[in-house]
Amino acid sequence: MKGNDTILLFLEEVGLIGRFTGKFLSQWFKPRYEWNELLRQCYVIGYKSLPLVGMTGFIMGLVLTMQLRPTMLSYGVESQIPAIVGISIIREIGPVITALIFAGKIGSSIGAELGSMKVTEQIDAMEVSGTNPFKYLVVTRVLATTLMLPVLAILSDAISLYGAYLGVNINGVTSAHLFWMQVFDSISFNDVLPAFIKTYFFGFAVGIIGCYKGYYSTKGTEGVGKSANAAVVVSSVLIFIIDLLAVQITELLGYN
Amino acid sequence: MNSSALTNEIEDNIVMSITGLCKSFGKNVVLNDFNLTLKSNQNIVVLGRSGSGKSVLIKCIIGLLKPDRGSISLFNEEVSTLGDEALDQLRAKLGFLFQSNALYDSMTVRENLEFPLRRHWIKYNPTEVDVLIKEALTDVGLLDTIDMMPIALSGGMRKRIALARTLILKPSIILYDEPTTGLDSITSKEIIQLIISIKQKYHTSALIISHDMNCVRMASDLVIILLDGKCYACDTFENLKNAEDQKIKQFFE
Ligand SMILES: Nc1ncnc2c1ncn2[C@@H]1O[C@H](COP(=O)(O)OP(=O)(O)OP(=O)(O)O)[C@@H](O)[C@H]1O
Ligand SMILES: [Mg+2]
Repeated sequence: MKGNDTILLFLEEVGLIGRFTGKFLSQWFKPRYEWNELLRQCYVIGYKSLPLVGMTGFIMGLVLTMQLRPTMLSYGVESQIPAIVGISIIREIGPVITALIFAGKIGSSIGAELGSMKVTEQIDAMEVSGTNPFKYLVVTRVLATTLMLPVLAILSDAISLYGAYLGVNINGVTSAHLFWMQVFDSISFNDVLPAFIKTYFFGFAVGIIGCYKGYYSTKGTEGVGKSANAAVVVSSVLIFIIDLLAVQITELLGYN
Repeated sequence: MNSSALTNEIEDNIVMSITGLCKSFGKNVVLNDFNLTLKSNQNIVVLGRSGSGKSVLIKCIIGLLKPDRGSISLFNEEVSTLGDEALDQLRAKLGFLFQSNALYDSMTVRENLEFPLRRHWIKYNPTEVDVLIKEALTDVGLLDTIDMMPIALSGGMRKRIALARTLILKPSIILYDEPTTGLDSITSKEIIQLIISIKQKYHTSALIISHDMNCVRMASDLVIILLDGKCYACDTFENLKNAEDQKIKQFFE
């Protein structure tokens, strides 16, 4: 019985998120366009997550290289480290880690911000004063996360690879030229493009879930906390699901 | 039609009429067959106990809540039948003061007041916007807070900023949800004066929710008592004050 209820609640939630997404898709291209707010959100969402994303990317690259080294050494393929690290960062680790950090930082702040606006009737006030709050708040934020996450992911990839370069140089000496040549030789277009495209979907998921959770926040400060929390949890899980789907699709299309 | 006849007609024009309004939340019946008519250049004060549904009533009027039954018509337009665009046009003629103020807390006072003007983003140029904002702030006596954040203001100051934001577009019908709650008696008298002078200057109509007897006495043309979801009594302040009915008396003691 209880299990049934949980399943029903889950399906209801999925339906509501679907409807919210539908509303976004049917509204985002219609005027009036909130350019100023979009730019401001891109700045807030993109620029402000840069240090965090950069730092985690750097550490990931460095640590991954150092962890791989003993195994690679024992197989005698130490020289392949840049290629292996490069592929794993660009295809999987860069986009996914960046998206998860992004969900933690941006998803929760969107959830909490919209949630508290909802609770203190600010969203109602916007509606009354002739600004469509869905366009002003939701559309701008979702577009900003969708546009900014790919940029952040590319930057994070680059910083990760730099971290990897330092990692390689801790135990031996590899010239920068050789390192980057090895990395880029091993990477093909088919590695970069699917990974790049999926970050758009990650960004979209973080934005939509954060906004949905905030926009329909239940009354009270506890509701705001719950919205922020749920935004992170749901969007993180969704990132993995999208990742799973992406790999299936690229496999099917023969780009893998 | 000549202009004086036109003015006359506007004088007793009904700008808002509510008939048979019902609204419940689950089993909680809040409004049950509520009726009201508001004429042009008339201030009606709604009295009612806490939780009697006053805020729900004005949220239904402005379309934030959907009534279960009944009709609300503003300027002879039925609110429930309007599409988004038309509803928006209608709302441009309405002012709404939230009980909770609902100031945008991530924006400065200036940006808060600018927000309703976005509706007319072509109509006003930056200097005009500036003039309007300063005028509205001067009206509530808070010109020096123009660059402050709402969080840095006291509760009463926030109420006055919210009032300035409501009035900045000079709406024809203003819905005030407790405009003087939380203000000291001097400031609240000033606010009441402001409400009265706005009515005289711009010939606006207003629905005022208030517990403040000063406000009821000074600002009302008519007083409505909301009891059990119905309009229990509707008369002038003096008449109601001297009424024999026990339930009405409670409010004036
Ligand atoms: N969104 C809502 N969901 C459920 N119930 C609600 C909602 N809004 C109001 N109510 C209920 O409607 C009733 C009337 O609420 P309302 O806010 O209109 O009271 P009020 O007359 O404005 O009181 P006060 O003078 O304290 O502001 C209350 O019982 C409240 O619980
Ligand atoms: Mg109320």
